[in-house]
Amino acid sequence: MNWVSDHLDDLLAVSLDHLGLALLPVLAGLLISLPLGWVASRWRLARRILVPVTGILYAIPSLALFVMMPLLIGTQILDPVNVQAVLTIYTVSLLVRSIADTLDAVPESVLAAASALGYRPIGRFFAVELPLAVPVLIAGLRVAAVMNMSLVAVGQLIGVGGLGFFLIDGVQRGNYASIVSGIVAIVVLALVVDRLLALAGWSLTPWARTGKGARR
Amino acid sequence: MIEFQAVTKRYDDGTVAVDHLDLTIDDGRITVLVGPSGCGKTTSLRMINRMVEATSGTILVDGEDIRSQPAAALRRGIGYVIQNAGLFPHRTVLDNVATVPMLLGTKKAVARKRAEELLATVGLPPELARRYPSQLSGGQQQRVGVARALAADPPVLLMDEPFSAVDPIVRDDLQDELLRLQSELGKTIVFVTHDIDEAIKLGDRVAVLRVGGKLAQYASPAELLANPVDDFVASFVGRDRGYRALGFLSAHGVEVNPVPTVAVGTPVADARERLEGGWAAVVDDAGRPLGWVSEVVLSTLDKAVTATDVVSGGSLYPVDTGGRAGSLRAALDAALSSPAALGVAVDGDGAVVGAVTAESVLKALADARRAGEVPS
Repeated sequence: MNWVSDHLDDLLAVSLDHLGLALLPVLAGLLISLPLGWVASRWRLARRILVPVTGILYAIPSLALFVMMPLLIGTQILDPVNVQAVLTIYTVSLLVRSIADTLDAVPESVLAAASALGYRPIGRFFAVELPLAVPVLIAGLRVAAVMNMSLVAVGQLIGVGGLGFFLIDGVQRGNYASIVSGIVAIVVLALVVDRLLALAGWSLTPWARTGKGARR
Repeated sequence: MIEFQAVTKRYDDGTVAVDHLDLTIDDGRITVLVGPSGCGKTTSLRMINRMVEATSGTILVDGEDIRSQPAAALRRGIGYVIQNAGLFPHRTVLDNVATVPMLLGTKKAVARKRAEELLATVGLPPELARRYPSQLSGGQQQRVGVARALAADPPVLLMDEPFSAVDPIVRDDLQDELLRLQSELGKTIVFVTHDIDEAIKLGDRVAVLRVGGKLAQYASPAELLANPVDDFVASFVGRDRGYRALGFLSAHGVEVNPVPTVAVGTPVADARERLEGGWAAVVDDAGRPLGWVSEVVLSTLDKAVTATDVVSGGSLYPVDTGGRAGSLRAALDAALSSPAALGVAVDGDGAVVGAVTAESVLKALADARRAGEVPS
């Protein structure tokens, strides 16, 4: 435990770093996925292309993407953007299909009523379709956030890994306290972010926890 | 006034949903578009607020071409009630109702205040205001749908099969409620249904459309029942149209005869004295009918006639509903459905005033025919 108390400041600072590396891609992925999902839900041809293509990205090993990223976007080898770009790709891969599906699932009568009351398409998206997609969005974001928390550590293999540093460094030095601290910190961060997202979803959707369909 | 001028809707695949429709819809009245599936009734309705754009022809609302303003602006000025209500699941009842005023820029507090009033107008208790649509019954949701359509006080209300997804008893309530509302509000209502009974009950005028989007007949319900223009309309209007047409004829000429009545609590022996033709009507303290007793029923009783031992009665014939006589249909049905073959006639308070027989109804009908009061 001495090692931990000696390195507490380090652990906290790197944890913040880790959070930024993991969560900025979640936000970026959401902002990219929303229009893609909307396009996919609106046009059949777009869906036939977008959903499989974004889905297959998930099958590419993270290490391969980490290594290829500087070649693809012309960044420096040690640039944190490499890691964030990869995680953004995975987030998009996770979210596009579910956003397209959930937008498709808005009842036709609700959409027709919204249009008939005088919503323009963009206004209708933000006033009706997006709020109704929140439960599915939150579910997707929770998966993406937790996934990114652990994937960031893999980035340490190309030198940018947040808490992954303590894992790799610990392995190289045979320092178990470092390894365990890194793992525990990652797990705790993942749990906290997951609960916060769940709470945000809960407070955004009072309508989803009423009556028959009551859920926590 | 809403005018369809040679309006056609042809889809890309060549299907013609509406074919050269000419139709004038009167202000302040309920006009029903009715017909089988594929007759273009919903398409016609949706062309009025440009949910569907006409391929050719013109639609005028109060003399103005509906294409002269953007679709969203046009729609904010036209109420719309959809099948299944189409309420926004993520908004409270109150905020659902306040939707259009908010779109028009009304302040939230003002829009909500107005929404509260509207809930009362459509007969919903105020405690439902904070609930979400999933917490309401189908009938309540549909009422909220009507309130939402009325929120910005539009002169025109489009109703697209609004009551088809609720059970028959609730549907009947909603129809009565709509007629009551309309008597207060006097909106120009265009109502789409596939149910001819609903059309005849609600419509001031009924447009019957045939498959392929052609207008078959446009007339008052009474005229439609009395004089269907061709076999299609006749068969669509239905087999017992002669009977239903009686619903539009006043029964003021029907003779109402005295009927033997027995108050609840009357001793069996006294009740037996009062039977005429084997039957007597049982009434409560206020003279309202509870049912019938016969010799057979009385023979099973020991002391006095009770409310639970009666043979249930038929439908009632209101002699006077707000200064108007009930219809011949109500009178005839009362007579036909009564176990004693006597239709119980009641006054405005529901008290028994006498009875009618089927023969007297038919005689009144024959008299009305001779006097030229029956459209032919």
